[in-house]
Formats: sequence, C-alpha cells, structure tokens
Amino acid sequence: MQQFEFSDISRMLTPILARHGGDASRLLQVLLEVQDACHTIPSEAIDHIAAHFDVPRVNVEGVAGFYSFLSTRPVGEYRMLFSGNITDQMLGKDDLMQYLCNKLWVEPGKVSEDGLVSVDSTSCTGMCDQGPAALVNGWPLTSLDQNRLDLICELIRSRKPVAEWPPMLFEVVDNIRRSDALLGEPLVPGNGIRAVLTRGAKETLAEMDKSNLRGRGGAGFKTASKWSFCHAAIAEEEGSVICDINGHPERYIVCNADEGEPGTFKDRVLLNSYADLVFEGMTVGARVVGASKGFLYLRGEYRYLLEPLEKGLQKRREAGLLGDNILGKAGFSFDIEIHLGAGAYICGEESALIESLEGKRGRPRNRPPFPVTHGYKGRPTVVDNVETFACAAKIAEKGGAWFAAMGTAQSTGTKLLSISGDCASPGIYEYPFGVTVRQILADCGARDPYAVQVSGPSGAMISWKEFDRKIAFEDLPTAGAFMVFQRKRDPFQIALNFVHFFAHESCGFCTPCRVGTELQKKIMDKIASGHGTASDLEELKSLGHILKTMSHCGLGSSAANPVLDMLEKFPDAYERKLKELAFEPAFDLDGALETARKITGRDDDWAHL
Amino acid sequence: MSKNIIIDGLTVPFQEGQTIMDAAMAAGLYIPHLCHNPEFKPHGSCKLCTVNVNGRNVASCTMPAAEGQQVLNDIAELNAERLALTQMLFVEGNHLCPACEKSGNCNLQGVAYYLGMMSPHYNHFYPAREVDASHPDILLDRNRCIYCELCVRASRDVDGKNVFGLTDRGIMTRLIVNATSGLLGDTSLAATDKAAQVCPTGALLVKRKGFAVPIGSRIFDRHTIKDVQTGGSHE
Ligand SMILES: Cc1cc2nc3c(=O)[nH]c(=O)nc-3n(C[C@H](O)[C@H](O)[C@H](O)COP(=O)(O)O)c2cc1C
Ligand code: SF4
Ligand code: SF4
Ligand code: FES
Ligand code: FES
Repeated sequence: MQQFEFSDISRMLTPILARHGGDASRLLQVLLEVQDACHTIPSEAIDHIAAHFDVPRVNVEGVAGFYSFLSTRPVGEYRMLFSGNITDQMLGKDDLMQYLCNKLWVEPGKVSEDGLVSVDSTSCTGMCDQGPAALVNGWPLTSLDQNRLDLICELIRSRKPVAEWPPMLFEVVDNIRRSDALLGEPLVPGNGIRAVLTRGAKETLAEMDKSNLRGRGGAGFKTASKWSFCHAAIAEEEGSVICDINGHPERYIVCNADEGEPGTFKDRVLLNSYADLVFEGMTVGARVVGASKGFLYLRGEYRYLLEPLEKGLQKRREAGLLGDNILGKAGFSFDIEIHLGAGAYICGEESALIESLEGKRGRPRNRPPFPVTHGYKGRPTVVDNVETFACAAKIAEKGGAWFAAMGTAQSTGTKLLSISGDCASPGIYEYPFGVTVRQILADCGARDPYAVQVSGPSGAMISWKEFDRKIAFEDLPTAGAFMVFQRKRDPFQIALNFVHFFAHESCGFCTPCRVGTELQKKIMDKIASGHGTASDLEELKSLGHILKTMSHCGLGSSAANPVLDMLEKFPDAYERKLKELAFEPAFDLDGALETARKITGRDDDWAHL
Repeated sequence: MSKNIIIDGLTVPFQEGQTIMDAAMAAGLYIPHLCHNPEFKPHGSCKLCTVNVNGRNVASCTMPAAEGQQVLNDIAELNAERLALTQMLFVEGNHLCPACEKSGNCNLQGVAYYLGMMSPHYNHFYPAREVDASHPDILLDRNRCIYCELCVRASRDVDGKNVFGLTDRGIMTRLIVNATSGLLGDTSLAATDKAAQVCPTGALLVKRKGFAVPIGSRIFDRHTIKDVQTGGSHE
C-alpha cells in the first residue's frame, strides 16, 4: 500500500489549499481534491488541512468520514463504483460487477493487493436510462456490458490514465423523449432577466405568485411564498444585522442539484443542455429576494458536468448576465459558485445541503429556524430545485398567467419525469401536470407493466390497479422518478434494494433512523434468505411507524415507504417467502459452530446441532 | 401577561425563547430525554423527548414553545415509541450493564426503567467498537456510546478544547477524539473538564472512582429518573 511522507503531503496540499483560500466552507472541496490525488485522505493531510483552516482535527476527520466518495483508508488507484439502483440491478449490475471482480482478481468492497483497483457499489448515479452504470474515479461509465468491461480491464491493467480512456465509454445522452413548455422552446439568455428589470422585482414576485409554481424537489412548497419569506427575513448574527452595500441583509440563492433520489435524472439533463435556463432562474430569484451570491450544489456523481457548467457561467459573465451591474442595471450584482457534493443522499435535504455548503457533515438542522430566515452562514437563504429555477426563468419571461394555464389548478405547469425500468424508451418526458400513469406507460412503451415507483424509494409504489391515477401534487406528487416494473419482477426485491439504500444513506444523527433503517434492512435480509416469519412482518410495520413518526428529517420518515407499500399492495411478494413457523431465529446456531468445527477438524454428529 | 402552553391538560407558562422542554422542566414536568441536558445547547438527536404538538410529533428539546400549543407528553402511544427508541439504543451498542461502572447511575438505564423496558426486544447488533484506555485518568468505552454529543458540546462550548467529534455516518457513526493517533491519551482532555463529566452513559468514565457507591444504592436504584430530573439534579 502507498505510504505518504509528510513532505509529499505538504507538497501536494500547498497548491490545493492556496487555490481554495482560508474559508472553512471550502473544506469539502479541498478533501475531494486530496482524495483524487491520493486515493484516500491521509491522516497527515487531515492535520495539515485542520491547521490551514484553523478548525479542530475532529471536524476535518468528521467530514472525511461522512461522505461516501471520501475515504480515510486507501481505495484503488482505479476505483470502480457500480450504480446500485434497482434499475441497474435489473439490467444485470450484480453479474457484471462480479464479472469484473473475477477478471481483476479483486473482491467486491476490497482493494486489490497491489492497490491498483477497487470495485464496489454506490447509490444510484443518475444514469438509469442508460445503465448499467458505474463511476471510475468519479467519471460516469454508461451502458456497461461484458465487452465494455473487458476493455476497461485492459485499460486498468495497462494503467492508462482515466483521462485517456476512449470517450465512447463516458458517453452520456440526454434521451429527451417528450418536450413541452420547459424543454420545447429555448430561452434566449437574458430575456428572463430583462423582463424582470422592465417589470420590477415586486411585480415579478406577483407573477410568480400568480403562476402558482410549486417546488419541483418533492415537497411542493409554493415558490413565491418561499421567496417572499426570504425577502422579508432579517438575518441576525450576534445581535447585529449583516447588510450588503445597499443596506439589505445578505441573502443567498441556492440551487439544489443533489438529485440523489434513486431513479431521478432530469436535473442531469437540465444542467447538461439547459444550464442557461437554470442560471437565469437563479438570477431572477436573486433579483426578487435581493441576493448577491448564489450556489449550485452539484452532486458528486455529476462531477463530469463541473467544467461545462463553469464555462457556461463564464459565458454569462462575459455577456453581462452575471457579475456586477447585470445588464447595465446599476447595483444589480449576482454571481454563482459551484460546490461539489461527495456521495451523500442526505445532502439533498435543504438544511443538510447548507451544512455541506459550509464544509461540514451533511446533517439536517433543527427547524425552526428554517433556511429562509437562517440558512447559509445564518443568513436568509432560498433553496430550490434545479427544475424550479428553470420554471421561474420561463415565468419571468412569459408571465404567471401563461404558466398557470397549464396543468391542474393545484399543480400548475409541467413536470419533467425521469423514466426508467421496463420500457422501450427510457428517458426524459415532460408532461403538463394531471397526466395519468396509464398514458405515460403507453408513451414510454412499458412492457406488461405491473408496478411503478413514483418519486423514487421515498415516494410511492403503485400497483397496476392504480394506473388511472394522475401525476399531480393532489394525487401522485413526484420529484421526477418514474421506474417501471413488469410482471415478472419481484416487488420484494425492489423493496429490499430500497431498504439497503436508506440504511446506507441515513446520516446517523437521530436514533429512529440510524437504528431503525438498519433494523429494517436486517429483517428484510432475513426474509430474503428464507428465514422470515409472520412476526417479522409485524415488526416491519411497527418499525415503519416509528420511522415515520419519530425521525428528524424526511429521509427517516420516508424510509419505510417501500416496505409499507409492498406489505399493503403486493402481499404475494412476501407471503411465499415466509416460513410456516411463527418464530424463526435470526441467528443460525449451527452455522455459528462452523468456525469451531474447522479449528477442531471435527464434523461428526456431536459437532452439529 | 405571561404566555402559556398546555401539556397533558396542564397550563404551563413559558418565556420567549424557551423550548417546550425548558417550559416543562421549569414546571416540574418530566419529558423523557437522553441527549438533552439543560446546561448545553439543545441537540435533538435521541428523539426520546418527542411530544405531540397540535397533532404533529416534534422533539420538545428543540421546539420553541409558542402560544396555542396543545402538547401531549405522558401518553401510552408516545411512551411505547420512546421505549422502542431506548431498546434501539441498547441493541445498537454493547451494554453489559452488570459489568459497567455506571450501572445504577446511567441515564440510559434510568429511562429504560422508567419506560418499563423488560427486554431489548430487537436482536443485538453486537458491533465491534473500540475501547480506549490510553488516557491516564479517563476511560472511553465506545461500546456504550449513544451519540448524544454531550461530550462534544461540553468540550467545544465549555472547555474550549474540541476533544470530541463524530465521524462516518448512519449505523457506522463513531465517536472520535482530537489526536492524530486517534487516542484519548494524546488529547488535552483533563478529568476535571466538563466533557469528562457529562456522559449520560458509561462511555466516558473517570478512572479510579470505581464502585464508590455500591450497586443497589445508586441513583436509579433508589429513585426514578423522573424524580431525579425534575428535582433539578442532573447527573
Ligand atoms: C432526504 C432528502 C433528500 C432530498 N433530496 C433532494 C434533491 O436531491 N433535490 C431537491 O431538489 N430536493 C431534495 N429534497 C427536498 C429539499 O429538502 C427541498 O425541499 C427542496 O430542495 C426545495 O426546493 P423546491 O421548493 O424547489 O422543491 C430532499 C429532501 C430530503 C428529506
Ligand atoms: S432521519 Fe435519518 S437522515 Fe434524517 S436526521 Fe435522522 S438519521 Fe439523519
Ligand atoms: S461518549 Fe457519552 S457523552 Fe459522548 S457522545 Fe457518547 S454517550 Fe454521548
Ligand atoms: S432529548 Fe430531545 S432529542 Fe434527545
Ligand atoms: S449501564 Fe448504561 S452504559 Fe453502562
């Protein structure tokens, strides 16, 4: 294994630290670069970084341990992380991963003896429409099959730098299958902002209000209300109000591009092909609430979009759409900084996201106070989803009435769906709200559909009996995931996958979720291995109740949804897996004696139970 | 005019800035809790103090009291859920109470008694956790840690030392100390520090104080945690 001398570490760190400056909010960004350079976060580097930012060592170690993509133990020089979503599994992920491991002589989850390669699973990487997918040193690999893995094996064995691998391995396509108001007609960059400047900020807020736009990140909070709360908020820090040059309290606009919900990939497409629309929406928001600084929190899995997005920002600066005196308006200053995540679903939760932006462990805050009054660095902060900002830009340009005319009364406008699973044409579909599941299934060429997971593991699993339900906040609310399952799929396996996801992503802060998600996983594993009994079902139900009612944040409170939906809607799925017995121990007594038998070399009857 | 909330039918006055827990404590009402200690900034992680406010569950130690709140606290449903959380805390660690110096003075035991816990109910996780005896005066036994972060808060906010922190996440969460070696003996922690006194369980113990009070005559052998914690004595 690679050893690092202190002088090497400091030589490696000096330019990184110089580039990021002294504000501790850059900590996570620094750690990402160290991980890239060393394939681990060496202990000496932790000391060095702590000294640089003047924070305790425990804080740096705490952050280094929190995020999946950072590791305090070395990973392979080539780190292959297979996307573990159920859609990747259905496309053969498990076999492919084993195939690669066999070829490279490495066990899943371990590092090869020469330190060259490690292979493991990771949570959904957002490539469900072109899976099975993986990340190699953070770069997305799509449409994997044995041929591609053979090639990858060769590249790794010959130690070819990832930057020199054939580009075709990294091809990510948009797969836009249905466009409507948002994706249909492109916005001329600047037109949204121009409309705001002509109309006025207050009047634009009124248009937002009229549009009845609701947040696209899942919770469906009315965007105009959020913006006006933030505008009205006074941030207090040690009793004094921190103001910008115009005497306004400092405020922030944050775009939530964490997109961690398995099965969701519409923000990926917006950021890839409609980034101007998103930046424009953020600038409109900045004008309305009076913010001069914005952040885009980009999930680590989308690191490959960082450079193109930076270029996009630069272009906007050059066009006078970002920076000082935007479009010539004196005093209208706004700029956007991109922060990378590092593999933590919880960082999509808005207050955990803010903690992460501040360079900390992504742990949800106690609320109240809410981010709109006490957000980033304690100041009023708007956190909105990527798609919400895209809608806002369109509303700024075309007005609230135009937007409100689409969709349903309670769910205006359109919604981007990320469709994957058992269908002929996976990809992005934009529909006006109110569309039925049945219509969507027909459009995407679903094959013998049996169930659909709407809005990912934290959403709802609906059965074929519910296909006439509508995508809308008042019926089936969704953050965008739409995973199709055909009849031959086993709903139990789907729930099992999701239960593992939640246990892996729990931040560990609160008891119900930290322990409850793990208990849920253990019981589901027990049933999967053929040892389940009727009492386990009761246990799952009562755990579900505790997760729902006692958890600190939305992760814990929705972590039981997949199990509860399965129990309610797909009883066959688990009943045939249960033992007749009322009680079956979770612990295999005879199996536990195996080690003793090996040591003593016995295998007679008396050595068995 | 003073402001009031209603807890289990009782009118409880509060001052602006107080939490529901603060108001209850001031009124001598007991809400089970583990990560809360009135001397420190509320944390909100154990969730034992969960109460129902106007139909919604919230952690009473972090929720500001506000006029019009109808709070349910000592009701069967909540106590059953608190019991389940307590059992979760027991099975996720390794709590061999008969062999623990804190036994009888341990708040985790105290709430378990109060909530009528007769068994751990869930299967034990038997995690492999590290014991750190490197410090001359203080023992850190991670087997008993419940991640309440009281030591973290005390060290940071009172001692000004930042000796403790958490790393990793989810069920893998771990208590770490501020030393390159990872050992408590290499930190600046002193036995007189607040951080060495606040642990609600036997995870952090001052050495050579063993069994000064015999088991059977200890705090929760003689009193309920409710009486102890509403009497203002915070062990
Ligand atoms: C565990 C968890 C994960 C979340 N992940 C995301 C996410 O990836 N993207 C997102 O926009 N919102 C996510 N949210 C919702 C955010 O907390 C927040 O409501 C949203 O960003 C607000 O934006 P909106 O009003 O535009 O929807 C998540 C919430 C929870 C509880
Ligand atoms: S519910 Fe889960 S993710 Fe949310 S704070 Fe609790 S442990 Fe963390
Ligand atoms: S050591 Fe004690 S005080 Fe510190 S987090 Fe663990 S249980 Fe809490
Ligand atoms: S005492 Fe309130 S959450 Fe622990
Ligand atoms: S008796 Fe509670 S931790 Fe030892």
